[in-house]
Amino acid sequence: MTEAVGEVAVTTKEGLHARPVMRFVDVASTFGSTISVCNITLGGESLDGKSAMEMMLLEATQNCVIRISAKGDDANEAVAALTSLVESGMENPASSPSGDPPTASAS
Amino acid sequence: MRLSELIHGPSVVPELAATDRNGVIRELIQSLADHGALDPDSVETATRAAIARENQGSTGFGKGVAVPHVKHDCVKTMTATIGRSSRGVDFAALDRAPVYSVVLLLSPAETPEDHLAAMEKIFRYLQRENFRRFLRQADTVEAISDLVAEADEMKE
Repeated sequence: MTEAVGEVAVTTKEGLHARPVMRFVDVASTFGSTISVCNITLGGESLDGKSAMEMMLLEATQNCVIRISAKGDDANEAVAALTSLVESGMENPASSPSGDPPTASAS
Repeated sequence: MRLSELIHGPSVVPELAATDRNGVIRELIQSLADHGALDPDSVETATRAAIARENQGSTGFGKGVAVPHVKHDCVKTMTATIGRSSRGVDFAALDRAPVYSVVLLLSPAETPEDHLAAMEKIFRYLQRENFRRFLRQADTVEAISDLVAEADEMKE
């Protein structure tokens, strides 16, 4: 059992709104490790990184720092993938099983 | 922020006439305009934008609830309403189950922080199994408004 932790700042102006959260959950769900996420800027609670309903409570606006913790055999890989996903501004469709087309309008 | 301040009470639709996703979004936005919470001239634009948003990724987060939302210039003041469908509507939800309760949120384009805070508030309530169950059963405008007000009084 491996444990890994990473911290990453949200850089996008929109913050982690619904679609990025869904993408995060999609990617998190590809790992066997348990994944928890906490908005340390807001001092928020620890949320299940694989639950869209819970992750909507993250309220990660621009410049918030979030902590991603993983426990399990692929913990290191999970934290690496998820921190780089957030760092990239969630625009990394290669990591997204849902494959939503990146679109700038509407939301 | 209290949910009862966010949800525009008079615009709540206790039994949606629409039976499909786009129809539900249109009906709720029209209801907001009919009850003075949205400029009637913005209905068409807001509806198209909300549907376009939904096409980019379902807001059916599972457990019978969906939260269609959009940030758009045509919205001057953040507003939200609730629709209920006793039949259930297909929102292409994460868990593929029908949606019985729809919370629709419209925000101005330039206040993403307020929008995220409102989404957080909405999900804070939808998280509660009791709230979801009572919402699904609330079949009048008053019952839905009362439920929202009661939920505001409850401690986390």
